Amino acid sequence: MLGALVCAVVGLLLAMIVTVFVRAWPSFSHNGLAWFGPGGNVDDQLNAIFLSGQAGAEYVYTFHAWPLIWSTILITGGAVLIALFSALFVAVFIVEFAPEWMSDILQPVVRFLASVPSVIYGLIGVVVLVPLIGNHLVTEGQKGSVAGVISLTGYSLLAAITVLTVMIAPLMVSIFSDGLRAVKPGWLEGSLALGVNRWRTTWKIGVRTARPAIVAGTVLATARAIGEAVMLAMISGSVGFAPNPADGLIFIYEPSRPLAPTIVKNVDQLSSPPANATLFAIATVLLFSATIFSLTGWLARRSMKKYGSA
Amino acid sequence: MGSSVATPPPVPAQKPPPQAKTATDAVEGSATWALADRLGLGICWALGLLFCAIAVAVVVYLLIQGITYLKPSMLVTPATAGFTQGESGGFSDALVGTLIVATMGISIALPAGVAIAVWLVEYGRPAALARITESTIEAIAGIPSIVLALFGTVIFSSTALGFLSRSSEGVVFGRSFFAASAMLSLVALPLIVASTREGLNSIPRHVREASYAVGKTKAATTRRILLPASRPQVATGAMLGLGRIIGDTAIIVVLLGATQNFAPVEGASFPLNYLRGAGTTLTNFVYEASPTGNLNQPEKAYAAAFVLLLMVLGLNAAVDVVHRRARRVGTWSS
Repeated sequence: MLGALVCAVVGLLLAMIVTVFVRAWPSFSHNGLAWFGPGGNVDDQLNAIFLSGQAGAEYVYTFHAWPLIWSTILITGGAVLIALFSALFVAVFIVEFAPEWMSDILQPVVRFLASVPSVIYGLIGVVVLVPLIGNHLVTEGQKGSVAGVISLTGYSLLAAITVLTVMIAPLMVSIFSDGLRAVKPGWLEGSLALGVNRWRTTWKIGVRTARPAIVAGTVLATARAIGEAVMLAMISGSVGFAPNPADGLIFIYEPSRPLAPTIVKNVDQLSSPPANATLFAIATVLLFSATIFSLTGWLARRSMKKYGSA
Repeated sequence: MGSSVATPPPVPAQKPPPQAKTATDAVEGSATWALADRLGLGICWALGLLFCAIAVAVVVYLLIQGITYLKPSMLVTPATAGFTQGESGGFSDALVGTLIVATMGISIALPAGVAIAVWLVEYGRPAALARITESTIEAIAGIPSIVLALFGTVIFSSTALGFLSRSSEGVVFGRSFFAASAMLSLVALPLIVASTREGLNSIPRHVREASYAVGKTKAATTRRILLPASRPQVATGAMLGLGRIIGDTAIIVVLLGATQNFAPVEGASFPLNYLRGAGTTLTNFVYEASPTGNLNQPEKAYAAAFVLLLMVLGLNAAVDVVHRRARRVGTWSS
């Protein structure tokens, strides 16, 4: 009986993958690989797709998702890089260097930050961070220089990356510190006995041994970041625009909209068949990338177990 | 645990041997390190303090805003249409909605999660199926909740499941507490499975063998001994899952509806008419009431977010208490 339940759960996942892909197929088959490419204004395209479904006329499927994909890459990549750096230091700190009272404070803090609902992060981002960036960090000159293209209001890559970093770093810290704690004490003691100081021992022996945990944590956090929808829908700016790093540092003040928030913002269009297919196509991309990332993380953690350090 | 005689009393935790780390602490401070190393330690401290500062800032900010704007009347009045924030009522429907979703979601996820964990640890044959199940659970944990929500629209809009939501003239609406809870239970499932597995794995083999030796079947051993003994981990998993259910917004926005009130279905008896209808939860209310949402009532959003944060803090504290109690009771001798 338990076996039947297990089979049902496995079947549910397979059914989900198949259903989402079948629903998405019209959008992919009409656009081919151009679906992933640039071209045209993505918001206009989404609107045209939605309207064609209502009028009962011929369905329009033309959709080039590059601005959304690029925004996902920028925001996720930026947040994961910053979070990786800070989470590694914090994990090392908690496990090795913090005085006991400090790590007694830090551990609940990390657990708390990981459990705050994303909508609360979004709310704080909207009412604190966005006005701060819009009114104080962006200069009038910068606003004027791009006025013809896009308006800089504070809903920006910078706000999105900052809040997303705070959301995913705790997840990384907890996995990293599990890995660091599992390092065999003898290895560290061997290094210490050779006269290497504690700092270098931790980085050369501890962190290197815990590498599978670091890979796993990073990859799982990436999967989480790709799927984050609501918080980013609130503060990313919700404009189908691809900020260009070649424009100089101003690109971090520019608004955009990643893939997942696009679904949240357009969810009332599900009743229109072509819009439905397009949104499911976006969901397919999210599903595949997130699944690949989380399975990679799982494999990394398994290899860690085999290695004997977990 | 007093009721189950068969549960062997866990041995009190032995005092851990003094660790080498304290010894090195005593002999080596950072004063002898090279400058770069000391700089690195400085970064550690700075980032650690930054984490604490962020957490304190989130709590204090919402505490101040919450105390300023939260009126007890908001907890008991439903949202109504109004021109000013004073006229538009409270969020009692959202609060009750959160409780309904949490109860229903966890009552699906908890039995299923425990059952899957028991199967994985205690049975797990054929091995190929066990491996597939493990990666399935891992994959479900990684699926973005917005994708689960879209999948939910497909399932619950099918005519076969029309009895779970509102339907008119053969078109199934597909938005209801049933739909949202079912999908939210998938969000909680991996956490419960992982935590329960951890609990079952920590019980040494000889405990099972002792139970078999007195003639208990495998099923009875699981039910009478293994599950009671891993109760702290099951409880931890359930509370972590509950936190995820309470905090999820995407599934609620898609599968419960964009309304701020209960929308009971006509012609159904009492609990079912509400559960089949659309509704709202605190997360949805915060999302809609934030400056970027449709309602744009930031004061209400602060108040609702404060209530939500209190719930999350409460769950965190409960996890801590369970952990501490489990540690005090002790671990198995091997």
